[in-house]
Amino acid sequence: MNFDFSDELKQLRDEARRFLAERNALAAARRVLESDGGHDAALWREIGEMGWIGAAIPEAFGGAGLGPLGLCVLAEELGAALAPVPFSSSAYLASEAILLAGSAAQKERYLPKLASGAIIGTLALAEGPGALTPARLGAAVAGDRLTGTKQPVPDGAAADIAVVAARGTDRRLALFLVDLAAAGVARERIATIDPSRGHARLIFSGAAAEPLGPAGGGERLLERLFDRAAVLFAFEQLGGARAALDMAKAYALERYAFGRPIGSFQAIKHKLADVYVAGELARSNAYYGAWALSQEAPELPLAAATARVAASDAFYLAAKENIQTHGGMGYTWAFDCHLYYRRAKLLALALGSTRIWKDRLVARLETQHDGALDGATGIAP
Amino acid sequence: MDFNDTPEEAAFRARVKEFLAANAARRAPGSAEGYRSSQSAPGALERAKDWQARKHSAGFAGITWPQEWGGRGGSPIEQVIYNQEEAAYAVPRGFFEIGLGMCIPTVCGWGTAEQRQRFAPPALAGSEIWCQLFSEPAGGSDLAGLRTRAERSGDDWIINGQKIWTSGAHYSDYGILVARSDPGMPKHKGLTFFFLSMKTPGVDIRPIRQISGHSHFNEVFFTDVRIPDSQRLGAVGAGWQVALTTLMNERLAVGDAPGPDFREIFDLARRIELDDGPAIRNAAVRDQLAQWYVKTQGLKYTRFRTMTRLSRGETPGPEASIGKLVGASKLQEIAAFGMDLMEMGGIISDPSVMPAEALFQQALLYSPALRIAGGSDEILRNIIAERVLGLPADLRVDKDVPFNRLPTGRR
Ligand SMILES: Cc1cc2nc3c(=O)[nH]c(=O)nc-3n(C[C@H](O)[C@H](O)[C@H](O)COP(=O)(O)OP(=O)(O)OC[C@H]3O[C@@H](n4cnc5c(N)ncnc54)[C@H](O)[C@@H]3O)c2cc1C
Repeated sequence: MNFDFSDELKQLRDEARRFLAERNALAAARRVLESDGGHDAALWREIGEMGWIGAAIPEAFGGAGLGPLGLCVLAEELGAALAPVPFSSSAYLASEAILLAGSAAQKERYLPKLASGAIIGTLALAEGPGALTPARLGAAVAGDRLTGTKQPVPDGAAADIAVVAARGTDRRLALFLVDLAAAGVARERIATIDPSRGHARLIFSGAAAEPLGPAGGGERLLERLFDRAAVLFAFEQLGGARAALDMAKAYALERYAFGRPIGSFQAIKHKLADVYVAGELARSNAYYGAWALSQEAPELPLAAATARVAASDAFYLAAKENIQTHGGMGYTWAFDCHLYYRRAKLLALALGSTRIWKDRLVARLETQHDGALDGATGIAP
Repeated sequence: MDFNDTPEEAAFRARVKEFLAANAARRAPGSAEGYRSSQSAPGALERAKDWQARKHSAGFAGITWPQEWGGRGGSPIEQVIYNQEEAAYAVPRGFFEIGLGMCIPTVCGWGTAEQRQRFAPPALAGSEIWCQLFSEPAGGSDLAGLRTRAERSGDDWIINGQKIWTSGAHYSDYGILVARSDPGMPKHKGLTFFFLSMKTPGVDIRPIRQISGHSHFNEVFFTDVRIPDSQRLGAVGAGWQVALTTLMNERLAVGDAPGPDFREIFDLARRIELDDGPAIRNAAVRDQLAQWYVKTQGLKYTRFRTMTRLSRGETPGPEASIGKLVGASKLQEIAAFGMDLMEMGGIISDPSVMPAEALFQQALLYSPALRIAGGSDEILRNIIAERVLGLPADLRVDKDVPFNRLPTGRR
């Protein structure tokens, strides 16, 4: 049994933790939040130079070739630091989509630049409030021209390219690659609950769009992309949960009320114990997701949904109880509690709510063979 | 990252599999058998003793115990491997865990070489059963509040008082006992630790009926019970330190919560019809199922992370408390929800007409015990908060006060 990351990856994780602390990524997140800047370009450049963005991109395309486990350890640290960079959009969404479905030419054209951070990629999916279904999809491609409006698009104002979900000529959902600098693309920043990560509204009016992946395979591709991204986002969420708990713990030791540290009140102790337990269960589920991702295992869809639900709930719990532990201070702009709270909700909706993922989880269980149910007493992973 | 055994672990697992296949029956998938606490069934004790004896002669009892105690001298990971494999079999459980998990390690840790040789082998072989005489009406979570008196009389001690909740006292041969030898000292300092035969004159065992209707635990009264000083473990007044050894082992000894687990509630949801079709099609049901699956898997892979640490020779810390804390409440929730799915008929506890042989109904009644025994939910949260997160201990009013000057309640 070696259910842990390799020493090499742990070293990468420690380096990432040190680097993000040195750069004070949390303060950078606050600067972006206050300036509405979208992201921290200097931090992004350095992250690119260190090869993080291309961690999972094969060396042949300019990446570090560490595989998805490399992204997992980095994601946790970026999540803990609330790093205000378009990492998830570029690395887990755009790059992964091209890796999964891109033609040789598309891979060669985009992956090296995505890996270095020279260009930023994103995924343009949502079309305002309400669940996205193929039937309700407004964006459409006719010939090779895309029309429609996407919002919110993460890092949409900064991105150079977007993978866009739209209806193809056959009326079915498909993914397209769009150069966002080209004609027929208008974009504007859009206000969200978490301005430390920029979001935009993209309006396409006859923009050039090239298909990503074979015709008719859009829905399946999107599902695979989401399963992979769910694991990576889970690590980001784990990091956030860990940092929010650390912050609450530190405050509970320093703040005195009724002549004693508030951390000596059981209502606070037990609350934080519950936050810890939720975080540990989420971590264990995320590790299993990481294993399934790294092995391209048939268990990935179920493992991803499990990791996603656990991590979304754990980060949100940690973030809201961190505010509660801080009392009035937790509600001030000056304290960082709200940064975690905003990010927790942002990430919990980024790939769809836990409601949708729970439903997906049960659907996947229904189609699994009985071995998947061995649960608590199970021997097989 | 992998789930593979090392070659040595794989070889050990193969031997375990071979032994189990030859000596026990597999638990039918999804069946209630093996979950049900069948201690009260006729002949259960004899079957359990027989199974323990076979386990012992095959070398799978006391896997981590030193060979001089009659154990295998193996590693904790081997114990985990054995437990994993045994979980798939319908073997008797519930009679030896307290003795082997808590009592004998304490006796061996603090006793003499002769005592180790005398008591460890028969306990391992299942011929002698032990119980834990700790809790009292005035000392449960606050164990050091216990009042049973131990007074010196020549080479003996005279014990007077009452223990409560003593699991298995009625079929046990021996017990470990903490008693108060000096009420003038602060509560943790005036305790002394003993072991004794449950047949000693003056020991009166009376069963307590649980809410499940069964009687697995007892009140034990002590009236002028004589214990020779040679059966004292640790120094006079050092009983608390000895008791801590027992309690440290307790968290490891308390196993998984019994079912129904996720598999049973999932099967039920697939089979049972609600007003609007099969339960599994109902959104509220799906939401619940997903939450329990996420918890079940989270616990499973937390165990795998612990195994990884054991496999590397590291010692898992107090985070092991997570399993019981999460598992006990999950069990209680699943039991109640399963009954809800059965609607008005859900209250029937006659196994012949109920899904899973009325396991959900039984679990409703036995699950509360798991949230109390072996450290209540609240105590476990305290342990996590203090030992894992480093938050301050609770404020105490009883620390340096002589025991006989402490305030007491009416219960
Ligand atoms: C099925 C079963 C088997 C048992 N078997 C044995 C056995 O074999 N041998 C043995 O010695 N004992 C045994 N026990 C006893 C068990 O250890 C105690 O019941 C347990 O420690 C709780 O003590 P109590 O019952 O006195 O409850 P109390 O300690 O009175 O607790 C009552 C409530 O107060 C809460 N509480 C108490 N202290 C605190 C605190 N500091 N902070 C917050 N909340 C607190 C508890 O969590 C609980 O909710 C068994 C119990 C059960 C249910």
